[in-house]
Amino acid sequence: MANAKAKVDAVIVGMGWTGAILAKELTDAGLHVVVLERGADRDTQPDFAYPKVVDELEGSVHRRYLQSLAQETVTVRHNLTSTAVPYRQMGSFKPGTGVGGAGSHWSGCHFRALPEDFKLRSNVEQRYGASFIPSDMSIQDFPVSYEDLEPHFDHFEYVCGTSGKAGVISGVKQAGGNPFEGSRSREFPLGPNPNYLGAEMFYKGAREMGWDPYPIPASNASAPYVNPYSCQMGPCNACGFCSDYGCLNYSKASPNISILPVLRQRKNFELRTHAQVLKVNLDSDGKKATGVTYLDAQGREVEQQADLVLLCAFSLYNVHLMLLSGIGKPYDPQTGEGTIGRNYSYQNLNRVVLFFGKEVQANQFIGIGGAGTTMDNLNGNQLDNAKAGFVGGGIIWARQPGAGPVRGINVPPGTPNWGTAWKQAASDAFRHSFYFEVQGACMSYKQHYLSLDPTYKDGFGRPLLRMNFDWHDNEIKASQYLVGKALEMSKVLNPTAMAGDAKKSGEHYNITKYQSTHTCGGAIMGSDPKTSALNRYLQSWDVHNVFAIGANAFPQNNGYNPTGMVGALAYWSAKAIREQYLKNPGPLVQA
Amino acid sequence: MFDDDTSPARRDFLRKSLTLIPVVTLASAGLPSSTFAQTPASDAKQASTAVPATVPGDYKPTFFTPEEWAFLVAACDRLIPSDQVGPGAVELGVPEFLDRHMQTPYANGGIWYMQGPFLEAAPEFGYQGRLNLRETLRIGIKAIDAYSKKSFSGKAFAELSQAQQEDLLKSAESGKLVLDDISSKLFFTNLLNEVRNGYFADPSHGGNKNMGAWKMIGYPGMRADYMDWITVRDKPYPLPPVDLSGRRG
Ligand SMILES: Cc1cc2nc3c(=O)[nH]c(=O)nc-3n(C[C@H](O)[C@H](O)[C@H](O)COP(=O)(O)OP(=O)(O)OC[C@H]3O[C@@H](n4cnc5c(N)ncnc54)[C@H](O)[C@@H]3O)c2cc1C
Ligand code: SF4
Repeated sequence: MANAKAKVDAVIVGMGWTGAILAKELTDAGLHVVVLERGADRDTQPDFAYPKVVDELEGSVHRRYLQSLAQETVTVRHNLTSTAVPYRQMGSFKPGTGVGGAGSHWSGCHFRALPEDFKLRSNVEQRYGASFIPSDMSIQDFPVSYEDLEPHFDHFEYVCGTSGKAGVISGVKQAGGNPFEGSRSREFPLGPNPNYLGAEMFYKGAREMGWDPYPIPASNASAPYVNPYSCQMGPCNACGFCSDYGCLNYSKASPNISILPVLRQRKNFELRTHAQVLKVNLDSDGKKATGVTYLDAQGREVEQQADLVLLCAFSLYNVHLMLLSGIGKPYDPQTGEGTIGRNYSYQNLNRVVLFFGKEVQANQFIGIGGAGTTMDNLNGNQLDNAKAGFVGGGIIWARQPGAGPVRGINVPPGTPNWGTAWKQAASDAFRHSFYFEVQGACMSYKQHYLSLDPTYKDGFGRPLLRMNFDWHDNEIKASQYLVGKALEMSKVLNPTAMAGDAKKSGEHYNITKYQSTHTCGGAIMGSDPKTSALNRYLQSWDVHNVFAIGANAFPQNNGYNPTGMVGALAYWSAKAIREQYLKNPGPLVQA
Repeated sequence: MFDDDTSPARRDFLRKSLTLIPVVTLASAGLPSSTFAQTPASDAKQASTAVPATVPGDYKPTFFTPEEWAFLVAACDRLIPSDQVGPGAVELGVPEFLDRHMQTPYANGGIWYMQGPFLEAAPEFGYQGRLNLRETLRIGIKAIDAYSKKSFSGKAFAELSQAQQEDLLKSAESGKLVLDDISSKLFFTNLLNEVRNGYFADPSHGGNKNMGAWKMIGYPGMRADYMDWITVRDKPYPLPPVDLSGRRG
């Protein structure tokens, strides 16, 4: 190829959370690392600087900080027989682009999975028998344990200045934290953020229900902080432009402020932006990657050779690149064979809105992305699944990332959409309502998977990724059960009106409605190469010098936001590369 | 996370799928006049023919034609009228916003996937058409005006009475109005969405003059610093809005 760059030790695709973590760890190990990022370079100054960053029209309508769908998107269908259509306008999930990835415009809810989440299938079988799991449900145990990841959860929280309250330290319960969490080695780096009204009322409602509320661990700094890489954070000022927006204040942990300041100084680190990776190149027998091909800013095809290829392009795009490059065998839902695309899952998100009178100052325009109050009494082993009638639990929370009128004003159901009545309702509700959310787990199923679309192409002529997904009865039941509990709790708070959007039976996945960017699975980790794309170190079973880091590795999704787990897995994988792979390149687990 | 979303489909979804569980009847408490701007009620509604609302300033449309502009001014006035609750869309410059917004890459489909084939799909899959926002508004306005002229002896939408305009908008909202070239519902949702965007976005985009819409709902605008107010419960947030240029409302 005309444009071939000198071979490097490692090439990383994507400069979001996982790319930054891997780049840090591998440059620490002395490797020469090149990161290829499809979007622009970005930093707090000038890209997230006040006041321009808080322009709601640009942030929430033009979606200035998110990926444009013009070049790359996915197609979606509900079942195996229908024709998928493109995700044309941003709705259900919002991938990022540019340096920092979605990690620059996330909210900051920073959870660890529960110990029992790691062994979901065996835990459910043990508690309720194998027949309790529906026959099409393809949930699996993670091939790692909570204990394996504890040091990495801990380190990532310290990198992020996560603000929270520990519930269990070295096996000892701590007042004010989550009594059901896995044991931590130490307290959070920072104490919890202050409570806005909804978070405070959640304590009252939850306690009356007999639950154990605790502060949501939030990577929005509650106080000045210096992380282990000497990167500095300032206290969050509750600006109310957190989700979808870059932080104006060095308060929300992001690759940009928490890791890149160190990387940018390093001679063995090179960041190339506007570098769209098209595929991973394999050697003639397909067992080893030789590097990647990308389009540079001028639209030229460039080949970057490397000993190691790390896919850090976000869960969906990692799977897309694997399918396009012929890494592993594509999953076939008819035969159950193949692994790439298998076990796609999502998040079961629902909302309850509470409306109050003028005397209640809910002030939803105040917001701290990840902070608020939640509880685990209906999650993990706390929930009696046999009684509830579904697999997987969830959490209910009060979280207030900040509301503004362009982002939408919730009005009581039955309100007209326009005219004087709408104006009155919007004016009445804006400062005097808030919401609770129900974030449910989402199981994986044989028929929910990712593949290449047979028809639609992206701006580079490659087939789009096709998402085969719909709500299963199990998740619909979970939604109804958990929203029911949230409404029950909300009643205690005496709202003047309230509304909940539990999924109705037979309801289909709606791609127009934002639910979360927690797209999981598709290239999952496991202990059997027949049913997983990656081994326990996120290394491809098929091409040993390719690692795919991200939520694509989750065999199914739990009731929490994914990034705490994604970061921990990234550090776990990096450790294996540094301590094992570099000494002896080859499969780290024998198939 | 369910971050608030601005898509018309999303709003439609929220409105339809939230089941009301009344606990106490919603008290119809008035707005405290100290915090919220009040504007005199418009009495135009009683008039048999709509009194054309006047656009503030001397803005001359550069995207919309005079006919389209007349339609938009009338439609803005129906969708967000000037009344006792607060200022209307026309008086806050929403037509100017629309004219300017249509000239952005966004309105040209800049962030949407616009490749074919264009298949019909269930509403859960959202917009699957090939028109960008500009075209949707333009084609929709033309179609409604044509319908109006045909049904009301040659009168364009802007020349109808307020009641007739409201009826037409309602039947477009429900999709009952059958138009050549475009789904009336698609047009209506995009129009309403854009009118709301203009009403509530920063004044630098052309609407929300003097932050009138923010004052009405009590939004402090672009202050983006509430550290000292997170835990205050006993009094309403006291400060007026500021906009992106740093002006105070
Ligand atoms: C609005 C919003 C709120 C969120 N809130 C939370 C939250 O509160 N808690 C939580 O846990 N999670 C949250 N998330 C999810 C969180 O952002 C992701 O889990 C996290 O960023 C994933 O890290 P990643 O490295 O896998 O992907 P990213 O951080 O998105 O990085 C991937 C990078 O790869 C680049 N890339 C992709 N394809 C290519 C290619 N072909 N060539 C070159 N570069 C490429 C992208 O441009 C991007 O920069 C939120 C997400 C969004 C959008
Ligand atoms: S809410 Fe806090 S963390 Fe989030 S963007 Fe604003 S200042 Fe940053």
